Amino acid sequence: MKFGVVVSEGPYTHQAVDSAYLFVKAALDAGHEVPRVFFYHDGVNVSTRLSIPPQDERNIQQNWTALAKGHGIDLVVCIAAAQRRGLLDENEATRQGKDANNIAEGFRISGLGQLIEMGIQTDRLVTFGD
Amino acid sequence: MTIKNFLYVNRKAPYGTIYALESLEVVLIGAAFDQDVSLAFLDDGVFQLTKGQNTDGIGVKNFSPTFRALGDYDVTKLYVEAESLAERGLTADDLQEVMYEDEDDDWAEKPSIKIISRAEMADVMAGADVVLSF
Repeated sequence: MKFGVVVSEGPYTHQAVDSAYLFVKAALDAGHEVPRVFFYHDGVNVSTRLSIPPQDERNIQQNWTALAKGHGIDLVVCIAAAQRRGLLDENEATRQGKDANNIAEGFRISGLGQLIEMGIQTDRLVTFGD
Repeated sequence: MTIKNFLYVNRKAPYGTIYALESLEVVLIGAAFDQDVSLAFLDDGVFQLTKGQNTDGIGVKNFSPTFRALGDYDVTKLYVEAESLAERGLTADDLQEVMYEDEDDDWAEKPSIKIISRAEMADVMAGADVVLSF
């Protein structure tokens, strides 16, 4: 089966993004496909490469980056939600005249259309949020 | 393109958190994909449709007029759960009027909001292909 996954709560504050990660891993292990994960609301905060959790804690961003790399998962960060919360890739930083960018490898910023498209193209859409 | 039934479930009050506003943003963008779209309002989500909202005192945008534009995006099915209204002391009269023009009925103006029971809401959810919960 083809799963689309939505993450709508932020890292470290809320379990949602961890549950989503474990779900995606379990789905892949069971032979399912997860072509895309869409990060919305505070979920976009997962994508910053500047977070530094204590060394004995899981690194949520790095876990997602590794998982995406290993399985070719498209990690999409909603642009409107990201801009509100100060998450920029190189292009957006230049376009908006900002002096830095912070998007981690494996994530890309795009529009809400990607969420709708994921709903259309997958068999099940699963939301991890509040 | 495949046409699916998209159901947007709105469970949170319009202000206090960003869920309601960012849900509406998905609905507006999603309208461009020509899918079959319904919105459900339950729990505190029923407050999103109340009339006379005024956000002057809290410094955030009052986005409630946007609901009245949904008809122009062919989003014409807004289901409100009767029990959620009653639990909050609200009635149909507390909700703003949201109308659409029915192209299959000589563009007659019709109300988009339908108040339905919790049991009927379960049927609406069961009939959806894609449920996005906010």
